[in-house]
Amino acid sequence: MIDRLGQEFGFYQTALGLRQQRQEVLASNIANADTPRYKARDFDFSSALREALGGPKGLPSVALTLTSSRHIPAAAASAGQVDWLYRQPLQPSLDGNTVDMNVERVQFADNTVRYQAGLSLISQRMKIMMAALQQ
Amino acid sequence: MSTMSIFQIAGSALAAQSQRMNVTASNLANADSVSDPRGHPYRARQVVFQMMPVSGAGQAAPIGGVRTAGVLESAAPPRLQYDPFHPLANAAGYVAMPNVDVVAQTVDLISASRSYQANVEVINTAKSLMVRTLSIGQ
Repeated sequence: MIDRLGQEFGFYQTALGLRQQRQEVLASNIANADTPRYKARDFDFSSALREALGGPKGLPSVALTLTSSRHIPAAAASAGQVDWLYRQPLQPSLDGNTVDMNVERVQFADNTVRYQAGLSLISQRMKIMMAALQQ
Repeated sequence: MSTMSIFQIAGSALAAQSQRMNVTASNLANADSVSDPRGHPYRARQVVFQMMPVSGAGQAAPIGGVRTAGVLESAAPPRLQYDPFHPLANAAGYVAMPNVDVVAQTVDLISASRSYQANVEVINTAKSLMVRTLSIGQ
């Protein structure tokens, strides 16, 4: 029964986690609006959500076991579930920075509203579940 | 890796932008300083920003805040002003004045304060989202 509850909320949890991650990358773009040669990053939310729900993708992160002090430490990081893309600049700038403040602010506001929508959906879902439990 | 890293990112940007404003204020204040402690005319300074990857985020995640890589002195030649009775005038009667471009510094100051405001906005939004997340199910 409890694992059914987990499945019930798994979708919303994944979606909110990705919204959170997108919020972070947009905040990073806004913070680096004046950094020379910084390239604005973003990812496609719908394809990232589809991949995240499709189960584990790729290999987990691994590191070598060091048994001697002369071994070279090496690690292979997992690429994760998000496919990071570069934003295409509408207007080039002299310092090689591709952050367009207007685009980033609009995307940030849009992502904020969608995150709040996700929160409302979770709350609604919880109310429905509570009503069913109290029958 | 949580909403905390948004505060880390935007907070680093606030610090970097306020340092940029400090340097601009120093340039504007010294726009007429003929002599610094070394005896040379003041040279305009400029901060250089650099991206700083957030600690804790995975290697694949390209997110990060800002840090100042350094404060550089402008290499522009000093502005020569004709003033033969000035105590620091050279043989031809010219005084070497600081190479501060007041108009460019003012524009830089406005740009820094706008970036600062944008990052304050980001922090406020992240804060209200976090408060709403904490009240899920109530």
